[in-house]
Amino acid sequence: MKLTLDPEYEAFRAEVAETLAKNVHLAPTADDKGYKNPKRIAWQKFLIENGLAARTIPKEYGGYGAEPDILKARIIAEEFARTRIPGPMAGQGISMFVPTLLELGTEAQKQAYIRPTIQGEMIWCQGYSEPGAGSDLAALRTSAVEDGDHYVINGSKIWTSTAKQADMIFCLVRTDPAAKKHEGITYITFPMSTPGIEVRPLVDMTGTANFNEVFFTDVRVPKSGVIFAPNKGWQVANATLTHERGMLGDPNATKARLVELIALMQAETMNGERLIDNPLLRDRLMKLQAEVYAMQANGLRITTSRLQGQPAGLAGLVVKLQGCDLNHEIARLAIDALGDLGILYEEGEHLRANGSWQWRYMYDLGLIIGGGTAQIQKNIIAERGLEMPREPKLAKA
Amino acid sequence: MEFALSEDQRMLQDSLKGVLGDAASLDRMRKIAADDVGEGSALDEALAGFGLSALPVPESAGGLGLGALDACLVQEALGYNVAPSRFLATAVAARVFAGKPEILGGLASGDVKFALAVTELFSRRDGAGVELKGGKLSGKSLLAQSVDGATHLLVADAAGTLHSVEAAAAGVTVMRTIDRTRSFHEVTLDGATPLASATPDAETMAFARLLVAADTLGAAQAMIDKAVAYAKERQQFGRVIGSFQAVKHMCAEMAAKLEPSRALIWHAAHALDIGDSEGPFMANLAKAHLAEVGTFVARTSTEVHGGMGFTDLVGLHYWYKRIGVNRQLLGSPEQARQTAAQLQGLVV
Repeated sequence: MKLTLDPEYEAFRAEVAETLAKNVHLAPTADDKGYKNPKRIAWQKFLIENGLAARTIPKEYGGYGAEPDILKARIIAEEFARTRIPGPMAGQGISMFVPTLLELGTEAQKQAYIRPTIQGEMIWCQGYSEPGAGSDLAALRTSAVEDGDHYVINGSKIWTSTAKQADMIFCLVRTDPAAKKHEGITYITFPMSTPGIEVRPLVDMTGTANFNEVFFTDVRVPKSGVIFAPNKGWQVANATLTHERGMLGDPNATKARLVELIALMQAETMNGERLIDNPLLRDRLMKLQAEVYAMQANGLRITTSRLQGQPAGLAGLVVKLQGCDLNHEIARLAIDALGDLGILYEEGEHLRANGSWQWRYMYDLGLIIGGGTAQIQKNIIAERGLEMPREPKLAKA
Repeated sequence: MEFALSEDQRMLQDSLKGVLGDAASLDRMRKIAADDVGEGSALDEALAGFGLSALPVPESAGGLGLGALDACLVQEALGYNVAPSRFLATAVAARVFAGKPEILGGLASGDVKFALAVTELFSRRDGAGVELKGGKLSGKSLLAQSVDGATHLLVADAAGTLHSVEAAAAGVTVMRTIDRTRSFHEVTLDGATPLASATPDAETMAFARLLVAADTLGAAQAMIDKAVAYAKERQQFGRVIGSFQAVKHMCAEMAAKLEPSRALIWHAAHALDIGDSEGPFMANLAKAHLAEVGTFVARTSTEVHGGMGFTDLVGLHYWYKRIGVNRQLLGSPEQARQTAAQLQGLVV
């Protein structure tokens, strides 16, 4: 058991901290809004050049080209969290599509897409979920019919974040309707400007359009956009899904929220009493703090497993379920502590923290459902972690 | 960075599991719960043979000098087998009297056997409490642990100082709790002379609570293992119940709550071992957290077993009661959370 880092890594941390401190004036601020904002792109390029973003992506594709090092990656993440300086871009193109392409794409595809994607100049959206499929992702029905060098796509997708801003989509389509459910699917990329694509914003309970619906009507796309091979899209998608689930459940982010909540309860008063001095609210706070520390320690265990090249087992499988639920609970306590002022949402004199607790309380519910619902996660924990039997298939009527 | 058990720690765990597998069978626990003194002695001898009493004593006093994390692994193994043991009392006494080699030597050799009478540090009821007046201790303490066979009592006075007194100086009455595998006593002192005294620091009391949390971790892990095994075997409606999502989800929820708790205990213990200032409050958080998670697991595992879980035939209730008693021992979850808030300066 050793939680300290070797001097080599402490030196690396100091170097990262120094780079960030010296260049913080280059970082975008809250005013630098929107995709392809020049300041955000310039910052991203600076981070890549200094090995703080796209760190392990090969130089020939525009990355920094370092060897993978879990501890260095962790140190970088911790330094961004600690200093609160805006970190690297983390859209689905960067976090999901690029790793997939590196693993399974052709040389031409890698050359065309990786550099502009990691630099923030090419925005991607993910066309996986469909209205009728949900957690049963392989039940997707959007069809792609061969026509010479092209496919003609018809159908629709849902829960597509950034579809409005995206230049490109990576999409799952059914290319062989006669094949078994998982075997007739193809993973294909194409421009969102292709005729026949319509994007409708989907307003959710937060009051904003965090997601979209995307409709395809006779959309003709070249076959060169297929990643890996036709009808092998399920394997390709599974490579990406692993990356997505890893993203949900960052202990650093959860701990930062708890620290904010503690500060709120120390600063706010009700009937002249600090919220932290209310024994009932404090007791709930301590319950959540215990869970946050447990989550953080569990994260240390997972990091160690990875360093040792061992599977993280149950410790790894429980992260999404625990992390998403905990974030939601932290927001809930913040709102309860605020009491009747906790129901305010739109701007106004009495609103606290710009309504961010209320936004999180609503948005986090979406994260509990997204990337596989809590129930799907429980099946995964039971079947892979506890080796419990799968549900038998229903007999055909 | 390495957040994992060392090779030595895994060996300690494995060898103790081996000893307990033989010496703390469910069959023996039933007999112990039915007041079969011989069976209790046989278990004590096996644990003494393993050298349990020497583990937490510093090497300079003839012990093995193992730390808080090692102690947690020992206590977890005891909880896994619902084995009664004076290890908690020994480990706490070794910390309280860290500067007193004459006591430590006796602890390491097993000649000195402490009982733990500290309930009133956290909760004074029914007029209980021990006062120090004119250098003599008088009063009573409820729910003292490991009194059977003890040579000495570790008694808390009203000011929070801990004293060692000869066990023979105390009048004892059995207190029956829901957990019949462990014995608890009411002890009465009437002008007993303290042989040694020390005021415990926050680390020592946090360590004591952390050991109770580790005990619950072990007991809860055993209950999950039993529930999963049962769910893979038991058939209903023509298939094993473990294939039903309702049952699977109960097992997944137990695992999802307990697995991070294990890491929390390691982290808190390690923090105590290296003198990290977060150690004491993390240990208190762990005590409270394991009480909650353990209670959830105890209930859920019993439900997974259906009606059989409620019977004495399966014996699951020994673990259920172990967890239930641990929840209250050395302070309730609410008290431990209050201590955690105080230790980090959130409240005065």
